[in-house]
Amino acid sequence: MLSCWWKRCRSTACAVSTEAVSTQAVLAGGGAGGPRAGSFDLDRPWQLHPQVSVRPERFGALLYHFGTRRLSFLKSPALLTVVTTLGETPTARDACRQAGVTEAELPAYAAALATLASSQMIRARGTS
Amino acid sequence: MTQPLKTRALVEQFQYGLDAPICLTWELTYACNLSCVHCLSSSGRRDPRELTTEQCRAVIDELEAMQVFYVNIGGGEPTVRPDFWDLVDYATAHHVGVKFSTNGIKIDPDRARRLAASDYVDVQISLDGATAEVNDAVRGPGSYATALRAMQNLARAGFKGFKVSVVVTRHNVSQLDDFQAIADRFGAQLRLTRLRPSGRGADVWDELHPTAAQQRQLYDWLLAHGEQVLTGDSFFHLAAYGDPLPGLNLCGAGRVVCLIDPVGDVYACPFAIHEAFLAGNVRGPGGFAAVWRESELFADLRRPQTGGACRACSAYDSCRGGCMAAKFFTGLPLDGPDPECVKGHGQQALDAVTGARLPRPFGDHSHRSRPVPVSIGPRPDRACDESPLAGLRLT
Repeated sequence: MLSCWWKRCRSTACAVSTEAVSTQAVLAGGGAGGPRAGSFDLDRPWQLHPQVSVRPERFGALLYHFGTRRLSFLKSPALLTVVTTLGETPTARDACRQAGVTEAELPAYAAALATLASSQMIRARGTS
Repeated sequence: MTQPLKTRALVEQFQYGLDAPICLTWELTYACNLSCVHCLSSSGRRDPRELTTEQCRAVIDELEAMQVFYVNIGGGEPTVRPDFWDLVDYATAHHVGVKFSTNGIKIDPDRARRLAASDYVDVQISLDGATAEVNDAVRGPGSYATALRAMQNLARAGFKGFKVSVVVTRHNVSQLDDFQAIADRFGAQLRLTRLRPSGRGADVWDELHPTAAQQRQLYDWLLAHGEQVLTGDSFFHLAAYGDPLPGLNLCGAGRVVCLIDPVGDVYACPFAIHEAFLAGNVRGPGGFAAVWRESELFADLRRPQTGGACRACSAYDSCRGGCMAAKFFTGLPLDGPDPECVKGHGQQALDAVTGARLPRPFGDHSHRSRPVPVSIGPRPDRACDESPLAGLRLT
């Protein structure tokens, strides 16, 4: 399941509160189960939101959006590669291919990107 | 082909610590205009050794280099530091976001407007009663009015989603809906956190911590209100009731969070200001990064925990033995149950240590002269908490 390896968490660890980072449901948009892969357009240009800071970690990466004060966890190094190369590749599909994502894996990555888009961590290029 | 998507659960990853904290608490001063009876840092008077403006800036530079996304600034009352607003500006200019906790004393209309204009600053107003009567008994006369005025100023300035932060006690647990109404009235978000027997909280713990029945009431309320209410994950010991509460059910002390105190000492968490949890000082060689990465204490906290006496309990995977600081300051072993264990194991453990000398919080900066404004009746005898005769003296 997607949510097993990618998760946005509204808080971590006890009153020291990384929690203020999120004010909405864990998987916002797209209904109770979160956005579906089909709702993400792999064939258009995307980019990381300029207010998002990326910190690589052993398990993947932490993303923090200074505007929404949300924290996201990327639990896959390949997804980190996709996210950080989105802005330099013509389409999200290209970014996935370059990161070594197979056709079979593509729906899971599209779903993860859809979730990131719904929380404004990434956005379509050419929008402001 | 990429690496397998399924990695170990995030909680497991976090148990072994990160190269840098996700965020940390930074108490900028021990000075405070209030004398809250449960103050976790025993604040009141400024410490002459507090970090200078330059030293604070050096810490911020380090946090930026380590990519610590943001700091939770507290105190004491941080806004009474003359350089507070400059330090906030310095942090946000260096990509370190700020959330600060305040009693509201300095949040006037002008300041509220400036805060509302910043994307990188969040504000948390402390309120421990939904009525002046309940709040002021804990936080001091006039503190309710001060907090409400600050909230009004922020709301009028258009600051959306600031936090109303409540420490849940025996006396305000029945006001949860009222707190929610206050937050709603100002377009704010409610945040509920757990009372700890830390700092001056050790002195009032027996009178103020929620009863077992109140804990259940709180748990049900939190489950019903879910993601709407922030908790700092501080109630993960309640997960032993059954369903987990939202968030990570994990103590992050020394693993993903820590505390920097006003003199630059680094502790495992804000509720553990005691030499047993002191990892180093930001003024030492290598600065904060060296403390975070090399301290023996933190290395120890990042090793797998044994669970001790809790291991045999079916709820251990949910509550993970509860809060380290709550155990420590009530005299319980760190690998045993939490004093508020919902299975009742905490009470048994407490009974076993009754009469033992409890560890005292490290460094008391309380006001010397001011009377502690508490009016919550005589202290019950902890060993007999449940007895109707507790505290009754026949002469």
